[in-house]
Amino acid sequence: MSAAPAAASIAREWQRFTPRQRLTRYAFYLFAVAALMQSLRSVEIIPEFLEDMPEQVADLFTRMWPIDWNYYPTTVHAALVETLHIATLGTILSLALAFPVGIMAARNIVRWPAVQLFAKFILVSSRSVNSLVWALLFVAVFGPGALAGTLAIAFRSIGFVGKLLGEALEEAHRGPVEALTAAGAPPASVFLKAYWPQVQPSFWSIALFRLDINIRESAVLGLVGAGGIGTALDDALSLLYWDQVAMTLLTIFAVVIVAEIAVTYIRSRIL
Amino acid sequence: MTQGGFGSGAAGGTPDRSLRLVGLRKEYVRGTPVLRDVSIDFAPKGMTAIIGPSGTGKSTLIRCVNRLVEPTAGQILFLGRDMAKLHGGELRTARRRIGMVFQEYNLVERLTAIENVLCGRLGYVSAWRAWLRRYPAEDIDGAFELLEAVGLAERAGQRADALSGGQRQRIGIARALMQRPDLLLADEPTSSLDPKTSVEIMELMVELAGRRDIPIVINIHNVELAKRFAQRIVGMTGGSVVFDGRPEELRDEHLKAIYGGEAWL
Repeated sequence: MSAAPAAASIAREWQRFTPRQRLTRYAFYLFAVAALMQSLRSVEIIPEFLEDMPEQVADLFTRMWPIDWNYYPTTVHAALVETLHIATLGTILSLALAFPVGIMAARNIVRWPAVQLFAKFILVSSRSVNSLVWALLFVAVFGPGALAGTLAIAFRSIGFVGKLLGEALEEAHRGPVEALTAAGAPPASVFLKAYWPQVQPSFWSIALFRLDINIRESAVLGLVGAGGIGTALDDALSLLYWDQVAMTLLTIFAVVIVAEIAVTYIRSRIL
Repeated sequence: MTQGGFGSGAAGGTPDRSLRLVGLRKEYVRGTPVLRDVSIDFAPKGMTAIIGPSGTGKSTLIRCVNRLVEPTAGQILFLGRDMAKLHGGELRTARRRIGMVFQEYNLVERLTAIENVLCGRLGYVSAWRAWLRRYPAEDIDGAFELLEAVGLAERAGQRADALSGGQRQRIGIARALMQRPDLLLADEPTSSLDPKTSVEIMELMVELAGRRDIPIVINIHNVELAKRFAQRIVGMTGGSVVFDGRPEELRDEHLKAIYGGEAWL
């Protein structure tokens, strides 16, 4: 009974943030607004261009219409197939390359800090370079064409797949690993039978997700000469054939939608 | 002498299956030992139960035996070798002579029951064959026999995550025996199970290991189960052995010494 008055005397006030935290938050909001104003000023919007923007857009659409359907069988189709090849081959190649990197990056599997650092270096350098930049590099090395595009897709994907695979491995339950180690299994068998079954669904999910992204990314690689449907788009754009541009954009749009639906369906089936 | 049975499996006759711990010490943090120079001789057959309060080093002791935990000092003498000194391939060869049953079963959830049992052979089968699932025919026979022995033959093709707790622990026991071990370690094998299933699991372990003359060292919270199934009880507290004797010798004053206090008795 003696505890009751003591408990009642404690101030029953509660606030989500301390005064200091609140002050910091307001300061942050102020900073964000200031930064937004500053950047708006530096964008230098030209009023004349802003004014005739609706006309320009309308003009663009009238040039695009009617769509040049004939551009599909003559050019777009072959380029589209090449794009799909670039995306799938690039993804498969990236899976093979990213697999060992992902294992090296998992702290619970590889315990040498030097190897970890090496894996992190590969993952970060792969992701910090945009696929268009990778494509430019490979076009410079191998010349224009689908090979450069495939390698660009593969190298850009290593970081994504490797990082997510490494994280999935780190989240694997310790129990089965312990049990197989206790049974005297060599490291390769422990990986195959304790880690791999646990990360297998995540791995295929990551692979499909990346394939989805790669179909979209490979569509623009042609702009820098790395093959695929982007080449058709680039040709039409530079010749100002807007009806052909429309045809190409429509194809890209359709393919992205179909890929999205297919990937979502397959993921729901394997998980 | 005992070396003969080391790598040759069951075919080489029964080696001396006694386990000796000499001055076993484990410090997770330097200067604060969890195990304080424990020395115990375990008989080459029958069940020895280790009891004691949580955090007293029972689990550490059992995990030191197969080196899931690295001992800080001391010897672990088994099959004529000091387990504490082994590395790499030698350690793996020694580990496959020791089966282990876990509290949380530690099955590979996404593999089938039969494949979980076959995991007990991974110390013998190459990773390549394990990957292709080309286990030797005698191993597959053995796995089905063990599944039948634990009463789960018709569940062979089911995934482990579709089984109940008791069924999973049965698979855990079958996997440990699949190693054809010379020692069975059990770390709280019944703590996640209901009382009836606990007794069934204990009976199964005693029976299957007894038939093969495999000694069992078990950590167990439940003193009644320990007294019922073990031939010897080791009471630990604060990282040291404070009782060592037959179950019928265990009195209330011993339990007071092991667990502290008496209000719970």
